[in-house]
Amino acid sequence: MNAIQKKFVEDGVIITGRNEITGYSAFQLGGFTFSRDEYFAKVTWEAKGQEHSHLMSVDAFLRALMRDVAWGFFYGWVNFDDVIGTQNHYGNVDLYAGTFNGVLKEAGVDYVENFETPLIMATFKAILHDWVNEGFDPFAAPEETGSAFGRKFGSNPEAIDRYRIATKRMPGLPDDSPLRDDLPVNRHFEDVPQDEPLIYCEPGFEGQLSGFNLFKYLSRSDVTWNPSVTSVCKQSLFCPTTEEYILPIFHGNDRVEWFLQLSDEITWDIADKDDGRPVARVINKAGDICAMPANIRHQGYSTKRSMLLVWENATPNLPERYASGELSPYPVKF
Amino acid sequence: MEMSAYTTKLGSLENYEKGSIQIIQGDASNYAFSNIFEVASQAKPYEKTVVGMNLKFVIESVLAEGQSAWYTASHDEFVIVMDGEVRVDFLKLDQAVVPENQEGTHLAGEQPAGIPMGYALLKQGHQAILPVGSAYRFEASKKSVMLVQTIKGPLSVEKWNEICFK
Repeated sequence: MNAIQKKFVEDGVIITGRNEITGYSAFQLGGFTFSRDEYFAKVTWEAKGQEHSHLMSVDAFLRALMRDVAWGFFYGWVNFDDVIGTQNHYGNVDLYAGTFNGVLKEAGVDYVENFETPLIMATFKAILHDWVNEGFDPFAAPEETGSAFGRKFGSNPEAIDRYRIATKRMPGLPDDSPLRDDLPVNRHFEDVPQDEPLIYCEPGFEGQLSGFNLFKYLSRSDVTWNPSVTSVCKQSLFCPTTEEYILPIFHGNDRVEWFLQLSDEITWDIADKDDGRPVARVINKAGDICAMPANIRHQGYSTKRSMLLVWENATPNLPERYASGELSPYPVKF
Repeated sequence: MEMSAYTTKLGSLENYEKGSIQIIQGDASNYAFSNIFEVASQAKPYEKTVVGMNLKFVIESVLAEGQSAWYTASHDEFVIVMDGEVRVDFLKLDQAVVPENQEGTHLAGEQPAGIPMGYALLKQGHQAILPVGSAYRFEASKKSVMLVQTIKGPLSVEKWNEICFK
């Protein structure tokens, strides 16, 4: 066991052993086990007195796990695929297998277990630290990074220790999150103008007026599919992000959220939140804005790296109000 | 100049392409899908058309052309210029025009009492804070498009039937 693993074990993470051939450790979290080999992540659980298991391509698994960790389990359901995922209860988290898959749920072979957030977070981080090899960045698009496959080869702690940026009012304001002048422009955004707005403050008002080039800021995002707050109007949060390849999770929100496509194009696969039945495909081009209702899950596809404004309402009691039916899953009636 | 390998497609009043919805089950109206450039192109200058609404919070698409009225709010608001160029002038109000319990953008009156704070010159992709305690006024020499992040207020215009896929 290495020094990082010892630290995780102190936090309650259960490491069940290391495979001598592949070099990867296996982990246990409640009734779930996690292991990986050269190509696949394997998750097992028990249902109806039998072991059940699920394999995911390990690159897809690590990209999904990376988002779940970086977002602190995000809002609502983070489906790694149509079987495995987490539901955030903001303080504790459900980990499930098949519970939101119509067929597996119907067959009674699904399994869900609730964990205190720090324990599941520590376990997920320990898995990332062990399973992400040198040269693989699970936050990057496939064209930008190396392979997730093969036997254990080094590690990439810098890539996996990046988190959502916390912004109080707006980046660049005094005592707020920084701009990104020190990050390079992404290869897909080399044509995005890098000029900043002119902000003139009369003497005495320095720091009270502020502006920045949002598109420049986004052109320098070093990660994909990672909503980060850039303006705060009470509980209304603008969380733009740059998107390339596939959103590594199928997000089922416990509230309504909105997408405003700032550049280029994304196709969204929309499915029923509870059982995964496909319900629509939405194609968003620059300037398009649409709601993601509270009763669906969605996964986006973006060929060119594109700029997307994700708009969230962070009011705390919304999940109960949508779940109880007090609020319609659709934001406007017309 | 070296050709850029990738071209970033931004929308504008003159050049936008609206996406689409392929429905398998349910109604297209569930997604309240519109295009902010199309909305702005069909609006009067400085009409605040709601294009996104999450309970009381809104995103408004606004056509900027000529000079606007003075506005104020009891909370921070934000503007992003999506096409064209907009100047924003700011006044530090001597006293709040809108009580704290009233949300959303309000008119600040013909000539609000306050001290000039400065101005912002915003081009496509530029964002500025419209800080609480100030009045602000937009000016655009040619048609421009802005997004405003705020709370639904007396000036917010809802016309979902006209702007959304059904």
